Amino acid sequence: MSDSNALVPSHERGGALDLGGDSQDFVTAYIGKQLFGIPVLTVQDVLGPQRITRIPLAPPEVAGSLNLRGRIVTAIDVRKRLGLRDKDDDNPGMSIVVDQGGELYSLMVDQVGEVLSVPKKAFEQNPATLDPRWREFSDGIFRLDKKLLVILDVTRLLDFTSSIKQAG
Amino acid sequence: MDDLLSEFLTETSESLSTLDVELVKLEQNPNDPDILSNIFRLVHTIKGTCGFLGLPRLEAVAHAGENVLGKIRDGELVVTAEAVTLVLESIDTIKYLLGELEQNEAEPDGNDADLIARLNHFADTGTILGGSAPAAAAAPEPEPVEEPPLDVPESGVAVDSDALQAAFDATEVDPEFATSSEPEAPAPAPAPPAAAKSQQVAPAKKPAAEQKAEAPRGEAKESSVAAQTIRVNVELLENLMTLVSELVLTRNQLLQMVRGKDDSEFTVPLQRLSHITTDLQEGVMKTRMQPIGNAWAKLPRIVRDLALEMNKKIDLQMIGADTELDRQVLELIKDPLTHMVRNSADHGLEDIPGRREAGKPETGTVTLNAYHEGGHIIIEISDDGRGLNLDRIKAKAIANGLTTESELEGMAEQQIQQFIFKPGFSTAEKVTSVSGRGVGMDVVRTNIEKIGGTVELKSVEGRGSTFIIKIPLTLAIVSALIVESGGERFAIPQISVLELVRASNNSEHSIERIHDTPVLRLRNRLLPLVTLKKILGLDTKEESDEGVDEEAFIVVAQVGTYSFGIIVDRVFDTEEIVVKPVAPILRDLSLFSGNTILGDGSVIMILDPNGIATRTGEITVGGSQGVEGKAKTDASDRETTSMLVFRAGGSEVRAVPLALVARLEEIDVENIEHSNGRPLVQYRGKLMPLVFIDGSYQMKAEGRQPTLVFQDRERTMGLVVDEIVDIVDDVLNVELTADQDGLVGSAVIDGKATDLIDAGYYLELAFSDWFGTEDNGGEKKRVLLIDDSPFFRNLLTPMLSVAGFRVTAVETAEQAMELKNRGDLFDAIISDIEMPGMNGFEFAEALQNDEQWGEVPIIALSSHTSEEDFERGRQVGFSDYVAKFDRDALVSTLVQTLSNV
Repeated sequence: MSDSNALVPSHERGGALDLGGDSQDFVTAYIGKQLFGIPVLTVQDVLGPQRITRIPLAPPEVAGSLNLRGRIVTAIDVRKRLGLRDKDDDNPGMSIVVDQGGELYSLMVDQVGEVLSVPKKAFEQNPATLDPRWREFSDGIFRLDKKLLVILDVTRLLDFTSSIKQAG
Repeated sequence: MDDLLSEFLTETSESLSTLDVELVKLEQNPNDPDILSNIFRLVHTIKGTCGFLGLPRLEAVAHAGENVLGKIRDGELVVTAEAVTLVLESIDTIKYLLGELEQNEAEPDGNDADLIARLNHFADTGTILGGSAPAAAAAPEPEPVEEPPLDVPESGVAVDSDALQAAFDATEVDPEFATSSEPEAPAPAPAPPAAAKSQQVAPAKKPAAEQKAEAPRGEAKESSVAAQTIRVNVELLENLMTLVSELVLTRNQLLQMVRGKDDSEFTVPLQRLSHITTDLQEGVMKTRMQPIGNAWAKLPRIVRDLALEMNKKIDLQMIGADTELDRQVLELIKDPLTHMVRNSADHGLEDIPGRREAGKPETGTVTLNAYHEGGHIIIEISDDGRGLNLDRIKAKAIANGLTTESELEGMAEQQIQQFIFKPGFSTAEKVTSVSGRGVGMDVVRTNIEKIGGTVELKSVEGRGSTFIIKIPLTLAIVSALIVESGGERFAIPQISVLELVRASNNSEHSIERIHDTPVLRLRNRLLPLVTLKKILGLDTKEESDEGVDEEAFIVVAQVGTYSFGIIVDRVFDTEEIVVKPVAPILRDLSLFSGNTILGDGSVIMILDPNGIATRTGEITVGGSQGVEGKAKTDASDRETTSMLVFRAGGSEVRAVPLALVARLEEIDVENIEHSNGRPLVQYRGKLMPLVFIDGSYQMKAEGRQPTLVFQDRERTMGLVVDEIVDIVDDVLNVELTADQDGLVGSAVIDGKATDLIDAGYYLELAFSDWFGTEDNGGEKKRVLLIDDSPFFRNLLTPMLSVAGFRVTAVETAEQAMELKNRGDLFDAIISDIEMPGMNGFEFAEALQNDEQWGEVPIIALSSHTSEEDFERGRQVGFSDYVAKFDRDALVSTLVQTLSNV
């Protein structure tokens, strides 16, 4: 993974990264003010606003489905999934398309950022006080210069069976 | 691998599977010259190609086989089972060699001198070397590989060249490219079984080698047939599909851009582009579909071998072989299907003596039936064999620790049968070479469920089993009706749509309501309606309910035999769609069977009428045969009785055994006369008294009144009712013995508590002397009836009385013994077999040597009337055996028995 560093315009981010022979790459995204990361290799595509078909009776976190070059992609409203309120601005948002067990899912976020290479030693476990829902979907936290990067566990984020149990 | 070689392998393995089928056909119709010459051609082709490629060992075997076939074709030899076995053996050897060839790209060492010698011997003399025993068993083949792992043909798909041609026409491929690619594409591929529509008259096939030698391309008639299919890699097709989808999207964008401008110079070319794109899309989609017959091609051979080995006669019937399904699905169901057919032939069907004993024709039938239904592909595999042995399943289930005896006690038959789908569950007593190897039904079920299908099982012991595989239309192309509801579009598979109705207050169709439930009058029937918006939860506005009444579109859908209407906002067009499965997280939404991308590039959900029907609560799926009967161990538990269900005086339903009712009539109230204060009606030239269900019953003032007519000999009687509800076949289990006059008790019939009326009571009401209280001459024979079921006592007593017997009914054999000890005498005894305490057999045995009753004929009454029961009954002294519910037989037996005394 580290050899993909060349792609990463990250060095101006400063100190910590220079040490990182052993780093990981993430596609970053904002939801509200929080920065999230998704492992770069799971990401298939980044999309702008799309026409989404609603799916009646589906879980509320499922925003609908959309057509990505002939494949049907299920759109997941990550805000709802994380228990956040709906957006209050008019920003149409963006999506990160991931492959999960051969199926494509589009994770709807507010804004997709850059690809970031972060050193493994900046990694932290989830704080024990974190909201249980967030703790379930987060693989851990990376300490960045001015921000904290929450790593999303895509598998668990898309595992609706366990969360249904949780909700019930 | 060498291109030429891999081509050869693909081609030959397809020829071989055709050969299997053709040879079995030949065995059945030994004199059909068409089949024979086709077989000859196939083998000849293989031989020729081998020679061309320098494969001496393969060539030698094929040559010897061809020799035999040549002699048969020329009429020098006769087709016999042995001959076919021998030829099949040589084909097995060829398969084995091909398998080796594929792995090592060279023929294996060794030779097949023995086989060749036998083939040659047969060709020369017409007799089989080394005895006439079916040679297959003794075949010295090196591990006959029945199914060499030929990957090559699996990865290619035979495509109807019409579809491809259309696709190519549409793309207008540079002709030069087309020709130059010709040698690449295995030009004259032998029409594989894929061309199965024409499989019956399998067309002539010539390999490249032979063709070059014999006829210039395109001249011979045969080659034009052979050129109808070519082989294309599946991946290529998938890519084409994706590309076409992209093309459609781009076209749509262009259309969007031009739409605003009226006379753009692009309009005409764009329209043309649009049409071509649509055609191209359709063409490419069609390339994925294959007839299910492809998965069946091997079955006749398997069944034939099995029949020989097991010494059975099996007729394999295949219906609906041209039902098309997606090739991916086809591949996945191939193995489960083969396994199930094998199971049916091996375990399901009895051997010849067994069938004779069971009174069935010697030839057992295994039927494969495929068809589309309600947006699913249904494949039925049924046999007329012995059915599932419940006792053995029970024993095995307990032995495997899957359940306990007490749990089994409470299980319905169907539930018990489900155990065969558990891992490690094989009730085959011994492992045969064909089945019982531990690959069980659980694997079958897992494989089918993997593609979202279901397996159902129906089995009647002694009559056979039917497996019903239901595969959803995953990836299948269906025609769908596009509708709109709540601002969203949905597709409804056309296959379940009967018609469209536009309802409005001013037209002849309008939606009416029964307590807020919308219904529609449609051709004198009430059609239940569901509002799509509501069941999908898209109904945001409350008042929209009222709006619906103004004007609505109703899609009349049918699921099984249940039809209902779906109210939608708008109806668009129909469109051919490729169904794609929904994402796993949405699989539990039973209202959708899949989703798809429409021509305009938008995603649309496909409604599942089945799911909607289930949601509206109108259909109970499976297992509805409850376990209500478990408290009683009455012999009648498993036996169903036809009951006439009716309503009379009040809302509760009542029932009477249909066997007692002679006719159903409608009597005009005006025709009712009164005599002596009792209502009568002239009926078929006679006066028929009418009775009512109880004293307070009020007839209609006018119109027609339904009446149940009871008849015996000269006398008829009518019971006036309000309404005849239904005729129901159900397990009859009288649960409450009513003290009320005229009622036998209550039973659960068709899921509802129902009063059973006592027909005898009403008969007596009509004719006080119906049961012969007048006693003229004292000639009446005295009959003792023993039955523990009050229902049967109440049913049989009036019946026998009507027939002129004086009946004494008791509940148990012990009570009967008491009567005997008291000194009562009877002319005949009718006894139930299964009773608590002393059963019928014991009772008869006890009487056998009795002084008083020893000579009295005893007639056994039972729901079990097998030959064995009969025999046992005779041994213990029953004079005859009569099935319950067969009242005519009982009376005639009784009369006959008594006249013999």
